Amino acid sequence: MKIAIFIEKNPVTGKLRDVTAELSAKASSLVEPFGGEVVGMFAGDELPVNSDDLFSSGLNRLVSFSEKRLMDSHTIAIKNIIEKMILSEDPDIVLFGATSLGREIAPLISSSLKAGLTADCTHLYIDDFKDKGKILYQVRPAFGGNILATIISPDSRPVMSTVREGVMKVPESMNKNEIKSEDFEMILQDNWFINDFLKILPKEKKVHFNRSDIIVAGGAGVGTRENFKLLSDLADMLGAELGGSRAAVDSGYIDKSRQIGQTGAVVRPKLYIAFGISGSIQHRAGMDESSKIIAVNSDPKAPIFHISHFGIVEDMKTIIPVMMRYLKEDLNG
Amino acid sequence: MKKIIVMVKQVPDTANVTGDSMKEDGTVNRAALPAIFNPEDLNALEMALEIKGLTGAEVTIITMGPPKAVDILKHSLYMGADKVYLISDRKFAGSDTLATSYVLSEAIRYLGKFDLYLAGRQAIDGDTAQVGPQVAEKLGLNIVSYVRNLVEIKNENIVVEKDSDVLTEVISAWVPLLMTITSDANEPRYPNSINMLKYFRSELESNISDKDKIRYKKNGWAIPVLTFDDLGLDPDKCGLNGSPTKVHKIKSIVLKGGDLTLFENNEGGVMGLVKEIVKDYSGKN
Repeated sequence: MKIAIFIEKNPVTGKLRDVTAELSAKASSLVEPFGGEVVGMFAGDELPVNSDDLFSSGLNRLVSFSEKRLMDSHTIAIKNIIEKMILSEDPDIVLFGATSLGREIAPLISSSLKAGLTADCTHLYIDDFKDKGKILYQVRPAFGGNILATIISPDSRPVMSTVREGVMKVPESMNKNEIKSEDFEMILQDNWFINDFLKILPKEKKVHFNRSDIIVAGGAGVGTRENFKLLSDLADMLGAELGGSRAAVDSGYIDKSRQIGQTGAVVRPKLYIAFGISGSIQHRAGMDESSKIIAVNSDPKAPIFHISHFGIVEDMKTIIPVMMRYLKEDLNG
Repeated sequence: MKKIIVMVKQVPDTANVTGDSMKEDGTVNRAALPAIFNPEDLNALEMALEIKGLTGAEVTIITMGPPKAVDILKHSLYMGADKVYLISDRKFAGSDTLATSYVLSEAIRYLGKFDLYLAGRQAIDGDTAQVGPQVAEKLGLNIVSYVRNLVEIKNENIVVEKDSDVLTEVISAWVPLLMTITSDANEPRYPNSINMLKYFRSELESNISDKDKIRYKKNGWAIPVLTFDDLGLDPDKCGLNGSPTKVHKIKSIVLKGGDLTLFENNEGGVMGLVKEIVKDYSGKN
């Protein structure tokens, strides 16, 4: 069995994106019982500075194509190079990170190869399927995360998937494989570089939810920006990080960089305190592994209570001032 | 910029699952969710209408779906779209993204050449973000995904901000071009009351009785339906036959429950809650 993985560089740091090692480790564990190899495919201006690290997370061989023009993310050029690598390697399975680039390149390639592509997989495994022998089973949340769908592409070669960052774990210690790198040869065409990149703007700094033991989060039920300030005060008092549901972001209460949920950050703090969050499945997908969940919501039927350990049915506006008074006493005493 | 086409989709409103759409067993009652205009497709439509305002371009809308998807086509007319088409056939049922992109790209070919092809970044029922790029590939178009801002438009050239997870790129691109639009791009306008008066009678062509046909067409109230036969499609590329991915199994997410301790909503209750918070308070961070 051969699995090819898309190697992606973070253009800001010049290093591998985290998801690449995760793909490599996952691919290695999928291939292991059957024998075979994990091949990395890279197209860019130059290899990530730490690309050799991949050989310590399951990669067997790296195929790369580097050219200066690929400094910018010329979608069509990268698609054509990776597609040609896939055709030449003929892998059973191709995995991409579900990053912006991966989610753009993978569908372009799947369309031209007429290959089955499953987006945002959270779990992959190999098992028998009828007379097809061993095939890839791809599990992904769908329907806004309300269902988990297992998708197969039994007649497709290759089978393609994008995999969410942070979902697959890299084992602490893996055998270090021998470093095998080779350059891929191909001639680029000028009409693959039709877009001009006028300016590159850095993204706003990411919020590091994972460094915080406590997260205080608000949703649409918070109601106003002023009320959200109350949450922020409470978070300050607890030394907690402030977060919000998508509804809170859409209402302009909080910046998108602080969004928690399926399309935002996935967090696992020791304590998660949710105010005015109904608990849509998208939101829960980002926080339901928190060790302890406390919910305050005026709607007793809010789904958030199904996954909470402690709660109060009440408007957060009423609760927070009382809460802060008791907290002050408790923290000082 | 003369002609713009926007691909839109009607979706169940998966983003607003409230207590009312929860079943006893903790799963979501999907049938209870209302059908809505996919949110980011509204952003794509809004961008098309903004460009129409700047350049006088004609805006065409297509959607693939069942007859009730006529609702979002009427909504598009109310917002200011010029032409709308429903792509509908039982043979399309069960299409995955690849088969869907085949049908859509053939429908677009049937309607002619456009300068700009727009779609929302992704639909909230599948969240795949695949159909836009797949249509671009099938039509051999240049592509810019995740557009969050239209900076400038000059004749055949368009400057946009592309929002990726690590960078924002300001890109100058030439038409013909397909772009997928994110929710940050704009604030979709409300339906216009004059357009509502003009189009509220609009009806799928197939539902209009013969005696009304001429009058409906004359007034622009007849919404054309394009079928498998109209488009001359390959049966091996649509529906289940044309879909390499198959749904093997579906599991509804069940909310775990039973271990919730609900405090009274009085001072004593809040005190109990605070005690739970303090247990985890480390004083650091």
